[in-house]
Amino acid sequence: MSTDYVLHMKGISKSFPGVKALSNVDFGLRKGEIHALMGENGAGKSTLIKTATGVYDWDSGEVRLAGRPIAPKSPLEAQQLGISTVYQEVNLCPNLTVAENIFIGRHPRKRGFIHWDKMYADSERLLERLDLYIDVKQPLSHYSVAIQQMVAIARAVDISNGILILDEPTSSLDANEVKQLFKVMRKLKQEGMGIVFVTHFLDQVYEVTDRITVLRNGTLVGEYVTSALSKTELVSHMIGREWSTEETAGMKAVEQISRDLFLQASTLGKRGSIYPIDLQIGKGEVLGLAGLLGSGRTEIAKLIFGIDKADEGILTIDGEQISSMYPQKAIQKGLGFTPEDRKVAGIVGELTIRENIVLALQARKGLFSFIPLRKQKEIANKYIELLKIKTPSAEQKIENLSGGNQQKVILARWLATQPKLLILDEPTRGIDVGSKMEIRKLILELAASGISILIISAELDEIVQCCNRIIVLRDRIKIGEVSGASMRENVIMEMIAKGAELYGKPGGIGA
Amino acid sequence: MASLAGLARNLSKQKIIWPILAIVVLFLFNLIVIPDFFRMEWKDGHLFGNLIDILKNGSPLIIIAIGMTLVIAKEGIDISVGSVLAISGALAVFMLNGYPLWVVVLAGIGAGLLCGLWNGMLVAILGIQPMVATLILLTIGRGIAQLITGGQVLTTSNKAFQFIGKGHLLGLPFPLFLAMGVFLIVYLFKTRTAFGLFLEAAGGNKTASSYAGIRPKVIFMTAYTITGICAGIAGIIISSNIASADANNAGLWIELDAILAVVIGGTSMRGGRFYLGGTIFGALFIQSLTTTIYSLGVEPSSILLVKAVVVIIVCLIQSDLFRQSFKLAKKKVAAS
Repeated sequence: MSTDYVLHMKGISKSFPGVKALSNVDFGLRKGEIHALMGENGAGKSTLIKTATGVYDWDSGEVRLAGRPIAPKSPLEAQQLGISTVYQEVNLCPNLTVAENIFIGRHPRKRGFIHWDKMYADSERLLERLDLYIDVKQPLSHYSVAIQQMVAIARAVDISNGILILDEPTSSLDANEVKQLFKVMRKLKQEGMGIVFVTHFLDQVYEVTDRITVLRNGTLVGEYVTSALSKTELVSHMIGREWSTEETAGMKAVEQISRDLFLQASTLGKRGSIYPIDLQIGKGEVLGLAGLLGSGRTEIAKLIFGIDKADEGILTIDGEQISSMYPQKAIQKGLGFTPEDRKVAGIVGELTIRENIVLALQARKGLFSFIPLRKQKEIANKYIELLKIKTPSAEQKIENLSGGNQQKVILARWLATQPKLLILDEPTRGIDVGSKMEIRKLILELAASGISILIISAELDEIVQCCNRIIVLRDRIKIGEVSGASMRENVIMEMIAKGAELYGKPGGIGA
Repeated sequence: MASLAGLARNLSKQKIIWPILAIVVLFLFNLIVIPDFFRMEWKDGHLFGNLIDILKNGSPLIIIAIGMTLVIAKEGIDISVGSVLAISGALAVFMLNGYPLWVVVLAGIGAGLLCGLWNGMLVAILGIQPMVATLILLTIGRGIAQLITGGQVLTTSNKAFQFIGKGHLLGLPFPLFLAMGVFLIVYLFKTRTAFGLFLEAAGGNKTASSYAGIRPKVIFMTAYTITGICAGIAGIIISSNIASADANNAGLWIELDAILAVVIGGTSMRGGRFYLGGTIFGALFIQSLTTTIYSLGVEPSSILLVKAVVVIIVCLIQSDLFRQSFKLAKKKVAAS
């Protein structure tokens, strides 16, 4: 019964230069349902939403609204069609009143002037629908983030024509506020509204949604009825095995029993970012951090490398206690860090490959011990050859390379400093399968040569393949550790899925 | 012929070609319209002529534009250089009354250095928008200069001091050597230390640079300080040239010419890569333009207008986007 669909997207594909963001994705939203859209970073959730809301156009495929094909060219056009979105960050104007925010751009008018009385009355009526009784003449900034969120929803509901998209609306709400939001969502659902709910909190998905669509690497994994899908299955769909084992069999490093400790963190934590955690990394060991988006994976790496400052705990490197960490010091101590977001925090786009490679080494040497150009070229060419970076020359701008080759350049940047510990945050995200394999192989080779590696990845098979030991995280808490025989994907998935029951704290540790 | 076209294509990719081309076109225009423009004379042991004037009067602009290149590479700007120049000039002339020349020169440069540190602190440490941060010194700088001069135009008859701005060496104006000296020092600092790499990296992507262990704040402070020193040197040259300290008019609007010189020279306002050589030719082009307009006898009231029109044309030709749409239009015409 395709006529049930209020919003139906069929075979949507969308490419950005160098990346296929969506390929042949279907998504159907029915009348009166809450439909979760799940997937890790880069899975294509936000791209899919942005095609429906007119931010992007799509390369191929079809979008139908209540059976009628549509092609919104802008968010405004999508709104006029009745598709409205509430984003994670409340994007309203805090200095305007609640009522003005609800009716901004479409003030009710009387004889050419704004009809204030009607606007206030209508606002109150709209908010009542969400069980919210506040003074609509007060500026929005007067109220808490949760209420601001509700106002955003009220506005969206009023604009909407049966479809509401909520993009991670709970990430800045506390448990009670989440409950209130869910009450409103259920009420709207009963009124027949179709709601798309994007979140990465598993418990919330099970609490409120009817159906789940899972995306991964820009493709559709499947659409499931929430009550018929176990948490473990869901986690498996999101981060489980992507291809067969054969390709990587035998790559795994031989487990060594005794190791000297290289880095130790005890109760290292930062409020609002990661709860205090203990971890040790041995020399030549590959330690993995597994967990879903928002579980605190990246936050740990940032604390260790000194990008964020820990507000409690002790960090010891090579037997020496580090009192205050910052990137320069981390590099002096032999650490290297390839960040998750390559474009923002990794490459310097308009510089050449050579310059990008020598950057960290030069930074460690300081301003005045300049590496002569000849030596720079030597280093660059050495790593271009070693890592098989595909480029006509070392003098190419790095932004002209593919994602995989850019990642190799960033790896080369750290290898040139002869690091003792490499922290790799999502080293293979957004990279084609071939390059993924190469980079994973490289990681194992590096570990074999004695470099310790801390690897963060959303792809469980990757982590299981590469690591000697894995720390499992959930909702910013370390919920366990696996190694040896128990280091299997299904074990980790179960830990993540069941973590809530075992450790008591459900999702929604928002703030 | 094909290789010639290839050569032209390669050249057009070099940023420095545009300011040089602009100067060539301007000189061709002069050759036709004002044949006298290129006349040079040997008088009293040194050269005279329009070209020499351009080099001499352009020297302070070149020095300031070199500093400006560094802050623009940081994705910043420094609009206070004119005021800093006035402070330095005022201080120098004021101190001539009682201090030896070398102290005076150091004091002028020192004043520039302090102003640069101030700007750098506001921008790099406190994170104030560069335009707003340097606006402060732009506004109060001339006030400070007036305090130093006591609200009057101080004059000096110190011959040694006047040599800095008016003197000649090997038949050429002395400020030209100062400009070349500043260029050489900054160029060596860029290419023989890691400063160039760090500034281009931090200006291009601040986050990535700090992840790689560079401290962008230190680099940005340094860039602003060098700019301040450059303004200080330019202040001494200008006050020496007119043998007086004019708190209100010395170096007025020079920041705008300097920014233009940097942009025409190929450095993007969005930061990252910077081109010191391009800046030199950009500054020379602007000075040549000014001299040309004066030689043409354009009415003083319309000088700025003429300058603006020429600058717009140069910037348009320099823009890849504009050249492309122009090429497309040409193709369309050819096709139809």
